[in-house]
Amino acid sequence: MTYVIVGHCINDSACVDVCPVNCIHPRPDETGFATADMLYIDPELCVDCNACTEACPIDAVMSADKLPPELAHYAQVNAEYARRGRR
Amino acid sequence: MTLAKALNVAIIGAGPSGLYAAVELLTCCAHATVDIYDRLPALGGLVRYGVSPDHARRRAVTDVYERRAFATGRYRFCGNVDVGFDITHEQLLQHYHAVIYSSGAAGDRSLDIPGEKLPGSHAATDFVAWYNGHPDHVEDVYNFACERAVVIGNGNVALDAARMLLLGPEQLARTDIADHALRALASSRITEVVMLGRRGPAQAAFTLPELLELEQLPDIDVVVNAPAFLLDDAGLNATQSMRLAVLRRLAQRRLTANKRLELRFLRSPVAIRGAGSVASVITDSTRLVADDAGVRSEVTGEQEDITAGLVIRAIGYRARPLPSLPFDKDGNTIPHHDGRVSDPVTGRSLPAVYVAGWLKRGPRGVIGSNKACSRETVHSLLQDWHAGALVQPHYDPQTLTMQLKKGGARLVDVHGWRRIDLAERQQGAQQGRSRRKLCTREALLAAAGV
Repeated sequence: MTYVIVGHCINDSACVDVCPVNCIHPRPDETGFATADMLYIDPELCVDCNACTEACPIDAVMSADKLPPELAHYAQVNAEYARRGRR
Repeated sequence: MTLAKALNVAIIGAGPSGLYAAVELLTCCAHATVDIYDRLPALGGLVRYGVSPDHARRRAVTDVYERRAFATGRYRFCGNVDVGFDITHEQLLQHYHAVIYSSGAAGDRSLDIPGEKLPGSHAATDFVAWYNGHPDHVEDVYNFACERAVVIGNGNVALDAARMLLLGPEQLARTDIADHALRALASSRITEVVMLGRRGPAQAAFTLPELLELEQLPDIDVVVNAPAFLLDDAGLNATQSMRLAVLRRLAQRRLTANKRLELRFLRSPVAIRGAGSVASVITDSTRLVADDAGVRSEVTGEQEDITAGLVIRAIGYRARPLPSLPFDKDGNTIPHHDGRVSDPVTGRSLPAVYVAGWLKRGPRGVIGSNKACSRETVHSLLQDWHAGALVQPHYDPQTLTMQLKKGGARLVDVHGWRRIDLAERQQGAQQGRSRRKLCTREALLAAAGV
């Protein structure tokens, strides 16, 4: 299981500050941050600790198994961004 | 250990950049006190008056940061005070060690085409403020009696405007849209919105979540009108190519709905025409030209008239100059070095004056982009403080707020704001909405109890 950032993300980056495995990108110190549409979690690195969910000021991070149907596609969106970043 | 002096700071503008700056300052310096001024009685800036009602979940960011500031016990909200009118910059400097301006970019950019000011042609900044219940826009009037509206621009604000025009009363009634806007839009006859972009899909500024949302709009067909080669994602970065993938999917969808949003690319508006009010938008076709500065558009001269009774110009926000502060007319920002306001002639930093947010870096980025921006400003301020560069003001901040009240100002403090917030949430709950906004200054002040 993994956590997923959904579309109302505002790039506050509080999640990045608390992530113990550095799996949320782009980080504020990475070049892509200034033009990032949202932040994304790499599902292959996420350790399911829930820290990001607690840190997010607007509840935009959810456990993948608790995504409501209208946001289900964000699991794919996070995974796709992570895959492109790893290439 | 020496006895530490307090560091008293005024922040002008209670939007996201002001709140981010307040929390950073209060967290990093245990001796800091912060007073946040806003010319409106309500907290939040563009998070309250800019973020679209159907995206209201984003508004929670104001609450979270305001409560974090409040919890320090060293923060005050001073709402309904217009700096430059009720008090001057010079007065602020007599009462605070430093002032941070974070009052954003409230004005709009103009297209500079004939007919732009015709009745029925509106700046998106005004339209957004109107449907969000901004007190300065309660009386504004829009023509929704036509069937087609044109939205000029290719960013998220353009998409917000288009959604608000097409969503329909059932969807809108669940949001925190202003009552006057809900009433007006409920009797709207608009069934089609044409959105014009001078450049191609790859250059559009729509963000990925806003594009993904287009695939889920109920009863609205989204038509992507662009030649196929422009939807090719070769050479683009991850974000751009993920955006284009959504547009490609939209371009292939079958049309089934009663309402329609058409995204037209490579079309530039050249004039707005009508006898007394907007009747059509004259557009020119364009082609893309790549040069050192990036990809720009060039008019190719195939004109087309688009009949429309309403035009929303969503081509960007623009900051206005502030009294007593330098202003960069080209960039429409306040000149600065790492957040220290600087003299444009000498390049030297002005003492005790700082800038953060859109006023500092121009109207770009999302809400969270302000966090790093405000952090940079606050750390410049703290560096100056520790270097002894901020002089002790003649008076303390309480003297200024007491003077204001004595002079008859109806100052909304943090408790007044909490009363507004509670009243709005309670009224909203009765209607199954997150909040029902109080939209006039009088209603806000009455709820605040001042």
